[in-house]
Amino acid sequence: MKSKFFSSCLVNGALALICLFWTIPTFGLLITSFRDRLDINSSGWWTVFPHRDWVSIQKITPAPNVDRYAPMTLGGITATFEQFDQGITSNGKRYLWIGNRRIGYLDVESYQWTADTTFTMTNYQQVLASGNLTLKLKDGTTFTQEGVGMGRAFLNSLEVTIPATVIPIAMAAFAAYAFAWMKFPGRKMLFALVVGLLVVPLQIALIPILKNFVALHINGTFLAVWLAHTGFGLPLATYLLFNYISELPRDIFEAARVDGASHFTIFVRLVIPLSVPALASFAIFQFLWVWNDYLVALVFIGGASKNQVLTQVLANLVGSLGQNWELLTAAAFISMIVPLIVFFSLQRYFVRGLLAGSVKG
Amino acid sequence: MSASEVEGTRNRLSGIQIIRMIAGILPLAATIALLAWGMFFIRDVQAGRISLPQPITVLLAIVWGVGGLVLLFTMGNFFVEQLPERWAHKAEPILFAGPALLMVTWALVLPTFETLIASFYDQASVHFVGWKNYLYVFSDPSMLHVFRNNLLWIVFGTTFTVGAGLIIAVLADRSRFENAAKAMIFLPMAISFVGAGVIWNFVYAVRPVSAPQIGLLNAITVGLFGGQPQAWTAFFQPWNNFFLIVVEIWLQTGFAMVLFSAAIKGIPVEIMEAAQVDGANEVQVFFRIMLPQILGTIITVSTTIVIFTLKIFDVVWVMTGGQFDTSVIATEFYRQYFTYNDNGAGSAIAVVLFIAVIPVMVYNLRQFAQREAV
Repeated sequence: MKSKFFSSCLVNGALALICLFWTIPTFGLLITSFRDRLDINSSGWWTVFPHRDWVSIQKITPAPNVDRYAPMTLGGITATFEQFDQGITSNGKRYLWIGNRRIGYLDVESYQWTADTTFTMTNYQQVLASGNLTLKLKDGTTFTQEGVGMGRAFLNSLEVTIPATVIPIAMAAFAAYAFAWMKFPGRKMLFALVVGLLVVPLQIALIPILKNFVALHINGTFLAVWLAHTGFGLPLATYLLFNYISELPRDIFEAARVDGASHFTIFVRLVIPLSVPALASFAIFQFLWVWNDYLVALVFIGGASKNQVLTQVLANLVGSLGQNWELLTAAAFISMIVPLIVFFSLQRYFVRGLLAGSVKG
Repeated sequence: MSASEVEGTRNRLSGIQIIRMIAGILPLAATIALLAWGMFFIRDVQAGRISLPQPITVLLAIVWGVGGLVLLFTMGNFFVEQLPERWAHKAEPILFAGPALLMVTWALVLPTFETLIASFYDQASVHFVGWKNYLYVFSDPSMLHVFRNNLLWIVFGTTFTVGAGLIIAVLADRSRFENAAKAMIFLPMAISFVGAGVIWNFVYAVRPVSAPQIGLLNAITVGLFGGQPQAWTAFFQPWNNFFLIVVEIWLQTGFAMVLFSAAIKGIPVEIMEAAQVDGANEVQVFFRIMLPQILGTIITVSTTIVIFTLKIFDVVWVMTGGQFDTSVIATEFYRQYFTYNDNGAGSAIAVVLFIAVIPVMVYNLRQFAQREAV
């Protein structure tokens, strides 16, 4: 009994440790996205938790006529600027010079429990907006900067993702039904083609498709991305839906045929309602795949266009403002919200799809 | 009537049938025309020639894309229904499977051949150069580094993803908090590689020695171990590759875990109990009973992750841009095409990727043929 308790503690302990490791990076991002940019640059996100640190209790500004090149007596301590600048610890207090020699002050700090809990929505405002906006920082300074334009990119992502999810599913469902329940010459060979295409790396197709789009003048539009995602997503969609639709009981089809129903009626009235779990599984798959895709968008929407989707804007931000964590963290979180909602609300279907799935190219 | 005369009347169309066919094709033609018009309209909106508020464009595009497809299939079916029965019978599979097959042919089959041909031509795809591009791909020193890096990704990325997925699945199976734990491990799967790149760039963030470290890893290095802050993904070569691979492990372990978890639950209870009755300890049960039972799943998961890792692009592109000797096949492919405008070398790299997956393709086809034969 005792050893059982011990081993269960061990299992749960190990699991808790792994889960902690897995969640901390995302958690740090989320916290940072709500912190003031001054805080982000002066302390790690973990300082929002209670911890012991030097906290300012008094600010002493020396009179302007005090000679800062000679030893100064401030707060009962006599020391040179260099010593104050390094920080002097005395009687459990730290005396630290903040700022430069001429316009700075002496900060008297004590070591105590503290937590850095000023949170702000400023980062999100700046990331979502397009065009200039004026924002205020924690210390009261205001600044005017151009927004990142994530709001627009968010709509673009929706516009790309919804049709690029629905179109391949609809096409694949029709095809899966034909492969499963219709007799026609070349059926097996054509389906083998679909199976063979499952693992084809899309890199091999990018450039020829790009040439077609350029010829049609649709390069850089969402239409191009829909078509590309439809083509790339179809093999897996057809394969998954075929697995499901071909397993539906034969009797219901025969009964419907006897009643004179056409294939189209059977498909719309029977197969679609019965296949909702499989359709939902693949829909989530494809939705997450397209929403999170970067390469296809990069190639077919291109670098400098107002049609850019979230992943592109985020990647550009990394390139241009890679140290501006207040923007990067908020932008990354905005790009993650929708997939996280979809994922949590439909996790059951997603897992089912994964289990039914095979290897995808 | 002789037999041939009967045949003749059957093959001849009556006037009514012809009228029905024409009536049937009109809505289909109208639908296609409408869709084509919609396509040009949306194209012009996006090109900025027509100005509409963005939410309206979004709605319009979705209605066009999704509604258009429904309309196309419905009108196609209406047309098929107007055909004489023996034609309808043949037309139905075309209506159902045709669009999908046409689409994959255009998007995957034809491009594969085009790329294959382009890989034997020069930069601008004008002059035939034979094996020159392949010689470059397999002998250029920078390409050899690219292959080495990709190999690191495949070996370490796959091993650790599969290993971690297996360990977590086994642990979770014995825990009361199974669902909560699995959800946490699984969560990164919903995040894009670009997003994950930002998340981990922040973990790896480096500041000068004098400034406070705001990246978790450097804060630990400096604060707990008294070390020097490192630029983990940049100048910390060749280990920087491993710091990128961690991101993939972090993202993909959830996938491996879910499949292993299902496989473990699928092991018959009797087998496990019999082993325990026979006095096997936990470790023996794991290696002698569990592992052989889920071997099939391990192979499937490993193959999937190897294929995925072979094409890894976003993580490297976003986190280092392929600099600092972290370039992999897919980033090099992109660079050849879009930075150096070298169609030939780019195509050759894509073909190498394609050849690498052929064994899996053959395996999938064999499995399919076996299943069909049953």
